[in-house]
Amino acid sequence: MNIHEYQAKEIFRKYGIPIPPGDVAATPEEAEVIARKFGGTVVVKAQVHAGGRGKAGGVKLARTPEEASSLARQILQLKIKGLPVQKVLITPAAEIATEAYAGIIVDRASKRPVFIVSPAGGIDIEEVAAKTPEKLLRHPIDPRYGLQPYEAMQLAFFLYSDFKQVRATARILTQLYKAFIENGGSLAEINPLVTTPNGEVLALDAKMVIDDNELDRRPDIAALRDESAEAPSEVEAREASLTFIKLDGNVGCIVNGAGLAMATMDLVKYYGGEPANFLDIGGSSNPEKVVAALKIITGDPNVKAILFNIFGGITRTDDVANGIVTATQQNPLKVPLVIRLTGTNEEIALKILDEHGMSAMTDMDEAVQKAVALATGGKAA
Amino acid sequence: MSVFIDKNTRLVVQGITGRDGSFHARQMKEYGTQVVAGVTPGKGGQKFESTVPIFNTVAQAVKETGANTSVIYVPPMFAADAMMEAADAGISFIVAITEGVPVLDMTRVFPFVKERKLRLLGPNCPGLISPGKSNVGIIPGRICKAGNVGLVSRSGTLTYEVVYQMTRANIGQTTCVGIGGDPINGTNFIDCLAAFQSDPDTEAVVMIGEIGGTDEQDAARFVKEKMNKPVVGFIAGQTAPPGRRMGHAGAIISGSAGTAAEKMQAFEENGVGVAKRPRDVVDLLKRAMR
Repeated sequence: MNIHEYQAKEIFRKYGIPIPPGDVAATPEEAEVIARKFGGTVVVKAQVHAGGRGKAGGVKLARTPEEASSLARQILQLKIKGLPVQKVLITPAAEIATEAYAGIIVDRASKRPVFIVSPAGGIDIEEVAAKTPEKLLRHPIDPRYGLQPYEAMQLAFFLYSDFKQVRATARILTQLYKAFIENGGSLAEINPLVTTPNGEVLALDAKMVIDDNELDRRPDIAALRDESAEAPSEVEAREASLTFIKLDGNVGCIVNGAGLAMATMDLVKYYGGEPANFLDIGGSSNPEKVVAALKIITGDPNVKAILFNIFGGITRTDDVANGIVTATQQNPLKVPLVIRLTGTNEEIALKILDEHGMSAMTDMDEAVQKAVALATGGKAA
Repeated sequence: MSVFIDKNTRLVVQGITGRDGSFHARQMKEYGTQVVAGVTPGKGGQKFESTVPIFNTVAQAVKETGANTSVIYVPPMFAADAMMEAADAGISFIVAITEGVPVLDMTRVFPFVKERKLRLLGPNCPGLISPGKSNVGIIPGRICKAGNVGLVSRSGTLTYEVVYQMTRANIGQTTCVGIGGDPINGTNFIDCLAAFQSDPDTEAVVMIGEIGGTDEQDAARFVKEKMNKPVVGFIAGQTAPPGRRMGHAGAIISGSAGTAAEKMQAFEENGVGVAKRPRDVVDLLKRAMR
């Protein structure tokens, strides 16, 4: 789960990480009031779940409260990577001497949380990794012991030589690690971590991604989810416990299991079509899930044919068949439907479909070819 | 022969009275797996389906029944603890089916299990089956058939699809292992490939990967360097949009975006047969085993 910069900053502040003050505005008027309160030059920053905010015009300097208001008005009208900006963060502009990077992620290879620090901050860290890898230090942490003081110092010495700054940074990294672990993070990042002309070390930006699997035991973190900042179809899917990712093609795919769902999309492409989405109805699917899945797929005007590919294991194919019947009775489909199902309770499923004038195929390749032909040729089913 | 499980596997089911645990305990028993014990704290002394004794702890189950393998169906927030309990009780092979285990929990479980030198499969995996011998997990037994091909996969239902197509083409399996799709798992491709290489009955291996990470690339190099049995592979996600699942930071660490194209190229370069569609696995196997 993504959270906004201002939310990540609130978490980091609780852990004592030095962060300049800031307030969130949803209107230009609020932005002006906040800017006046801080006085002087402020930064107006779009709060949106997308990278590259600066390049997209979502981060601007305002010298007066009036300018903050007009910039907020502009930024609140932006869409960054398709997502509308609904809030801006107003924060006093800091004077910057140097910019560094500090982040933690969970690394698959070492199976540990890994710190990444770089004295080349403020820019895309992937670029640093690609072009100047010597400016990047990676350090895996043994989660049983946590970040040790000597490790924090080692990392801090990679960034600074001034001992006061090293000590301040070691403390920031220690608290960042704590915030990461205690809030179930899969990523925690400060970019840039800056020094000011008078030698202070400050976190000017904050980013956190929370492991979705942690949310059940962290209701306070789960409450930070901002659904208005996500694509509506993806919110709907999550509420129905489906995994959905919208794509640009015209063959709607409803599949059980992520691997099979991806393989189905690949096969659609192999046979000359384009998948409209990734949709995994998951393991123990009930008819309601299938109804919800069909509702999401039919909401996409690009979809010209719908393909079900179900391999019953835990998933009972008769549940899926019942779901298809219920959904199509509630909302008759305007596009052709191809059903492939095999596995658990297949005979019952076929009977249910047959009673309602539908049929199913058992071969995945044949079903995909048929769906592609229907989507591209527009032939009737 | 087979790998990891066989007729001598004595299984304890952790979470045997839960919805998933009870359903699959029954399925595994029907398949012929030796289900010797169940564990549900607070229900010790009862019996599952009036035959399988239930214990309060894994340690008791091991002491009373000689269980050597555990399968875990407990809810995600308790799964890490269940894995550590099994490891401490002297179980030598732990199969964690549970989906949704927090990744940070797994960063603590992994070294715990490693120190005790035992094998963990999963979490978030379908388990494994040695057809005709033992079935541990949730793979539907009827789609499998005993034979000479080993299969290792990161996926669940896609595994069933490939196994189903193999069985329909009369290609049987020594063992089918689902290693699961989580970022941190106990057993990886290379562990399984090494086991299949040492298994005298396995003549060829199928490897089914997905986008993300570099495990498939590492596995491909292992095939070239350490194996003399034919291996064929399929990668799901050739059309997946980049950057939706693992995000950017994963790529920084591994130095790779983990795309399907990268993985398929690694297969090709290391002599692993590349299936473009799941069904191509069958033809590639037939050619390789001729």
